[in-house]
Amino acid sequence: MEEIYAKFVSQKISKTRWRPLPPGSLQTAETFATGSWDNEENYISLWSIGDFGNLDSDGGFEGDHQLLCDIRHHGDVMDLQTLSVNQQWTTAHYHTGPGSPSYSSAPCTGVVCNNPEIVTVGEDGRINLFRADHKEAVRTIDNADSSTLHAVTFLRTPEILTVNSIGQLKIWDFRQQGNEPSQILSLTGDRVPLHCVDRHPNQQHVVATGGQDGMLSIWDVRQGTMPVSLLKAHEAEMWEVHFHPSNPEHLFTCSEDGSLWHWDASTDVPEKSSLFHQGGRSSTFLSHSISNQANVHQSVISSWLSTDPAKDRIEITSLLPSRSLSVNTLDVLGPCLVCGTDAEAIYVTRHLFS
Amino acid sequence: MEELDGEPTVTLIPGVNSKKNQMYFDWGPGEMLVCETSFNKKEKSEMVPSCPFIYIIRKDVDVYSQILRKLFNESHGIFLGLQRIDEELTGKSRKSQLVRVSKNYRSVIRACMEEMHQVAIAAKDPANGRQFSSQVSILSAMELIWNLCEILFIEVAPAGPLLLHLLDWVRLHVCEVDSLSADVLGSENPSKHDSFWNLVTILVLQGRLDEARQMLSKEADASPASAGICRIMGDLMRTMPILSPGNTQTLTELELKWQHWHEECERYLQDSTFATSPHLESLLKIMLGDEAALLEQKELLSNWYHFLVTRLLYSNPTVKPIDLHYYAQSSLDLFLGGESSPEPLDNILLAAFEFDIHQVIKECSIALSNWWFVAHLTDLLDHCKLLQSHNLYFGSNMREFLLLEYASGLFAHPSLWQLGVDYFDYCPELGRVSLELHIERIPLNTEQKALKVLRICEQRQMTEQVRSICKILAMKAVRNNRLGSALSWSIRAKDAAFATLVSDRFLRDYCERGCFSDLDLIDNLGPAMMLSDRLTFLGKYREFHRMYGEKRFADAASLLLSLMTSRIAPRSFWMTLLTDALPLLEQKQVIFSAEQTYELMRCLEDLTSRRPVHGESDTEQLQDDDIETTKVEMLRLSLARNLARAIIREGSLEGS
Repeated sequence: MEEIYAKFVSQKISKTRWRPLPPGSLQTAETFATGSWDNEENYISLWSIGDFGNLDSDGGFEGDHQLLCDIRHHGDVMDLQTLSVNQQWTTAHYHTGPGSPSYSSAPCTGVVCNNPEIVTVGEDGRINLFRADHKEAVRTIDNADSSTLHAVTFLRTPEILTVNSIGQLKIWDFRQQGNEPSQILSLTGDRVPLHCVDRHPNQQHVVATGGQDGMLSIWDVRQGTMPVSLLKAHEAEMWEVHFHPSNPEHLFTCSEDGSLWHWDASTDVPEKSSLFHQGGRSSTFLSHSISNQANVHQSVISSWLSTDPAKDRIEITSLLPSRSLSVNTLDVLGPCLVCGTDAEAIYVTRHLFS
Repeated sequence: MEELDGEPTVTLIPGVNSKKNQMYFDWGPGEMLVCETSFNKKEKSEMVPSCPFIYIIRKDVDVYSQILRKLFNESHGIFLGLQRIDEELTGKSRKSQLVRVSKNYRSVIRACMEEMHQVAIAAKDPANGRQFSSQVSILSAMELIWNLCEILFIEVAPAGPLLLHLLDWVRLHVCEVDSLSADVLGSENPSKHDSFWNLVTILVLQGRLDEARQMLSKEADASPASAGICRIMGDLMRTMPILSPGNTQTLTELELKWQHWHEECERYLQDSTFATSPHLESLLKIMLGDEAALLEQKELLSNWYHFLVTRLLYSNPTVKPIDLHYYAQSSLDLFLGGESSPEPLDNILLAAFEFDIHQVIKECSIALSNWWFVAHLTDLLDHCKLLQSHNLYFGSNMREFLLLEYASGLFAHPSLWQLGVDYFDYCPELGRVSLELHIERIPLNTEQKALKVLRICEQRQMTEQVRSICKILAMKAVRNNRLGSALSWSIRAKDAAFATLVSDRFLRDYCERGCFSDLDLIDNLGPAMMLSDRLTFLGKYREFHRMYGEKRFADAASLLLSLMTSRIAPRSFWMTLLTDALPLLEQKQVIFSAEQTYELMRCLEDLTSRRPVHGESDTEQLQDDDIETTKVEMLRLSLARNLARAIIREGSLEGS
């Protein structure tokens, strides 16, 4: 993986996110935000990889990312999203309420935005729904879960999906009253905590989760309560999983074991099959792949949902040059990828698909 | 400790009046707590000390510097790479790898220096700027020492290349030349510049004879009168024999040629060829290695090791490493000339020239406030197999001692503890124990941090620590009423006792409220149920309720019975179980068989016979007893009725 720039930034990075570009824009991503953790003073910083007037001989941008500005943050930064907002909700998550004498606040572990709504989840098992213009929470589901909720994502408005530390996915529908999830999915067997979740950008029923044992699971929420495929991936907790927003055949995962993997499930190149078999079986391979598709257009049937992960080729590449401490976070936008590690380094690459 | 190397420094703590009141202090892992007490030495003690604060005193402030953090992180990566170098590699390939590692360390130091220099220039507050500048000079000194150690100990350059390396070393560290050169060349008439001859002299002092020649040719162009002697000097410079890296000359050849050249220079001096130009004459004397001439250039040389290298270059270029220290000592004495005493840096460099590694490390440890430098340097030298296992008082060798100190210092920092873990890993004797002690004391504010700490412990099979951390987290969860979290922590630690505690909480909640909380958890326990008996009971009990809800009465009945007979139900719960059996007994159809009814009756008798006899009981107890007795009677009645029906049913069916 050429052209991956590393920079040591004197703070352990817990979350990083690209600044979203307006849809249909032809620019590449230029600005990203990072949040730090475990310092006495934590910061949220904005970085730019844009043009500062130095172009190298190929006319491309060169040099590593520069700090634009930063702001102090109370406590560790657990999650980042971008939205225009001018409010603070300070006691969104707590174990015992602000009224009681033993008030103790709980860490908020995940936040997700879908303009103008913001949903947060925390270690207190509570789900809050905020709106950018309201002072109080619009809806709160107390005790939504008896264990910690680790991550949340929108399925469709108004549905959200949460993952918790006993290995369950729960779907909540805000149109319904009551505090029960509309659906619960889980893997029977070991209750491995799930740490991250991401929804397929085009197909709203396909969801990927990453667990404490480093296992990547793909779920179809319409069918059944079991995952469609389980892929043994990392050796330690998987912290983040992301589908590429514009090329959803590509998936990215990062983990505590210090690696960042790029999963490439695009199967539209028949020559690829020649890498994975010997001579006489080529015909069976092609016929398998053809018979597996209802029509020629790949987008209709997601390759992530194919039932036989062993046969359908997923190419996995490790993107970081050497093993380091845990890679806590990653984000992709277009051809650009950014990730942050516990070794206090930020890695940026602008040529993902070269 | 045998001797005290110097007087301890006195640090004044603001706000504390140590003359009036006594101070109290306590040691921590990397810090010290100090506060003022109310004990007065001379007068009567006051009630409250005048200074209300407790102070934390740290010696090592480097750890908190933003820029130095990059040094720690990058060097951590290099350290790990070094440990993983294949032990099989020997000889040249190993040496080149070690040299590469050393160069990596040095480049990291230089990068830090660069950045700190930028910050020092840009600092608005002059005090800050001064502080940064002093940091820069400390880093520069560190790099200087490291570079010398690399040349002498790691590269182990033999005579000949040794001098070339030393020349590079000096050129790297006395860098006013470049700015001076830019100055002079940038002017319109370089040879008439004030510093022209200074520049030429310093180029000669640094052995950069080609550049000096170019300067001289400019002078020759400018003043034709001296063109002749400039040309002669230029020729001398060109013909000086020097060992170039690709050269295949042997050392003796080089020596011979150099002797010739030296004699030629002598002849020019004798003939007073350069008498007309005092500058050129002094250059000639320098090139002859004349000490007096060299000492005249003290200002340009700026330090004694530059003097040493220049002296060697022009008097003994094929110097052997073991002879270095004679020259070093004498150079230092000549340069200082008895005016000033050597500074710590000078002593360290001298020790290095004497190949006394232990002295180098000892002096560095005293001079520097942070263990980073000595820990990494010692580790690298240890990999070069240069340190004998020099056993210290407490059993570990010097490398390990330094690494332990460094890593402990990292653990005192809220964020850098993760780096410290890897350093402890590579201390074979005391590393594991130290890690066990340190890792339990890391404050855990969020679950994510706890998960990382647990992962570290699990990777190293530190089951005790895993268990204790999980127990702390589970207790916190129970206190916050997050029973699901508590359960998942006890499952991770495989802590049966705690799982029992959590299940008891669930059962108690059920008894109080009549229904289960957190059904999503209990319904989906899976194989984790087997962790503790109580947990299994909880799961099975919930299953019983589900079966009852689905009207699978026969299955529910046999499950209930097995729960009681297999004794996994806690005794306190038996009454509840029997009461649960009541509706099953009262159903129209016969659910419990005769055998099963006998079992139930046996359980009931068991329960009632063991009931403790109440002594004096008040009315409440009597009421409770009343309820209990009523329940028991109802049960007995139902059981009897069921038995009757069961016997009849079993008796009347053919052959069943």
